[in-house]
Amino acid sequence: MSAEAALAGSRRSHALWRRLSGGAAARGRPYVLFVVPALLLMAAVIVFPWLFTGFMSLHEWKLSQARSFAGLDNYLRLLGDGRFQWAALRTLYYAALAVVAPLVLGTVAALIFHRRFPFRGFLRGVFILPMMATPVAVGLVWTMMFHPQLGVLNYLLTSIGLPPQLWVYDPGTVIPSLVMVETWQWTPLVMLIVLGGLAALPTEPYESAQLDGASAWAMFRHITFPLVLPFLMVAAIIRTIDAVKSFDIIFVISQGGPGTASETLNLFLYLQAFAFYDVGYASAVVAVFFALIVALSLTLLYLRQRTQWSP
Amino acid sequence: MVALRTRRRLRRLAGRAGFAFAVLVIVSPAVMVFLWMLSLSLKTEIENIAYPPVFIPETPTLDNFRHVFEASPFGRYIVNSLVVTGSATLLALAIGVPAGYGIAKAKAYRLAVLVLIARITPNLSYLIPLFILFQFLGLTGTLWPLVITHLVITVPIVVWVMIGFFETLHPDLEEAALIDGATLWQAFRHVALPLARPGIVVAAILAFIFSWNNFIFGVVLAGRETRTLPVAVYNVLTFEQISWGPLAAAALVVTLPVLILTIFVQREILTGLTAGGIKGG
Repeated sequence: MSAEAALAGSRRSHALWRRLSGGAAARGRPYVLFVVPALLLMAAVIVFPWLFTGFMSLHEWKLSQARSFAGLDNYLRLLGDGRFQWAALRTLYYAALAVVAPLVLGTVAALIFHRRFPFRGFLRGVFILPMMATPVAVGLVWTMMFHPQLGVLNYLLTSIGLPPQLWVYDPGTVIPSLVMVETWQWTPLVMLIVLGGLAALPTEPYESAQLDGASAWAMFRHITFPLVLPFLMVAAIIRTIDAVKSFDIIFVISQGGPGTASETLNLFLYLQAFAFYDVGYASAVVAVFFALIVALSLTLLYLRQRTQWSP
Repeated sequence: MVALRTRRRLRRLAGRAGFAFAVLVIVSPAVMVFLWMLSLSLKTEIENIAYPPVFIPETPTLDNFRHVFEASPFGRYIVNSLVVTGSATLLALAIGVPAGYGIAKAKAYRLAVLVLIARITPNLSYLIPLFILFQFLGLTGTLWPLVITHLVITVPIVVWVMIGFFETLHPDLEEAALIDGATLWQAFRHVALPLARPGIVVAAILAFIFSWNNFIFGVVLAGRETRTLPVAVYNVLTFEQISWGPLAAAALVVTLPVLILTIFVQREILTGLTAGGIKGG
């Protein structure tokens, strides 16, 4: 490389850095050096996989077999693959349930934990245990609880006079049952986010509303809810991303079954990549899957901006 | 007059009882599942498959735990998990704390967006290319692939928490050090870093927990000798479908450290989680 080219290269990278860092490099201190190791690492374990995934998705490639260039064949195959399309629809269904239920329950829990009561700190710690616990361990315990004959859930149902369920053993109830576990696990995260929002609320509107004799529900509906809405949107974004990516719980409890009744995109992807070793096709799934997540996140971000600007 | 007062007192009492009930309802699912896990792990197989279920073991036994450690090299899996999670956390601190500092100081928030993108990408999508890379490099069968992939979880957590932390740190002391002729590195190492210790603790705890809990990387990359605990626990299920006792005991062994840590350092965990609503996964 000539000196000139090297100089141009360094100038270009400097310009790139300035663009990335929002012009702060102009302040003249090379804070970039602090970030270089992290950037190199991210390039190795995150950016490289992306590029390589793109490359693989354009090839007919099964592990331990020769690969050949296939253009967009893998993507076209996705268009005609009913199993993939069902997996995509199922993912959306699963995600919708796994966003709404924790949001509602998390808001209720936040309203409760926002009040002062004895042992509040300790109980809040207990309440967040499900989200910190190892998902595999939790999934195994739920598997035992779902057991149709010996499981404790059916015992509880029948003891209050309700009919026993097949839970994750019935194609019709497997997704709601899995969402129940997911809700149990992630309601605490929503609670924490909303609790942060409640802590930041001003007190004046409540005082004047109380003077006007407003009911508790009216105060929630017209004061609390609009003010914590931005926080709820943040929770909704995080929940959507996580629900779409959900893997451990489904993999441990139902393995995508019975049949393919709970096979979401992530499970479908796992199967293609690590059961069939069809890495070319799996990479095309990754690309579409990632596009779906980005699209969902951007939609919610857009909605969030709207909720902030509306009067 | 008196009747009115007692009625008001009664109403307040009823309100309080209702609230206590609401607290009970909202907290009990969290407690019940873990207590059931504990109960299953301490009971004999006969009690475990009894119907109606036995909630409190009549003759508590540790046989299930003994069985788990005898039937598989569970001790080795514990060591594997400690090595993988420990290295991934320490490496992430070494790389991520300076990065968080640099981003916060240079206000390079577009770099922070990179961290967010890493957060929304499904973990499986890293795995296919990295799986092929590790095979190509001949690293399969060692713990290295696991340590490296766990960095995908730990580094974003550390960077994200540290950005938030360094932003709230007052810059005066470092400025003074710089004016006195310290280099940027010295100002970071001797001034900012000691002040940031609470933030580092938060970052380390969160990175440790979410790396410890990770299943997906291990299930793809680990061989028989290199399993981490979550993978080992999952394997107890596939080989012994009906033995609930050992299964619950294994599940408890992997998750108990995290549960205890959560209760004891709750405040730190809450600070970190609310800083950005992050988690690995």
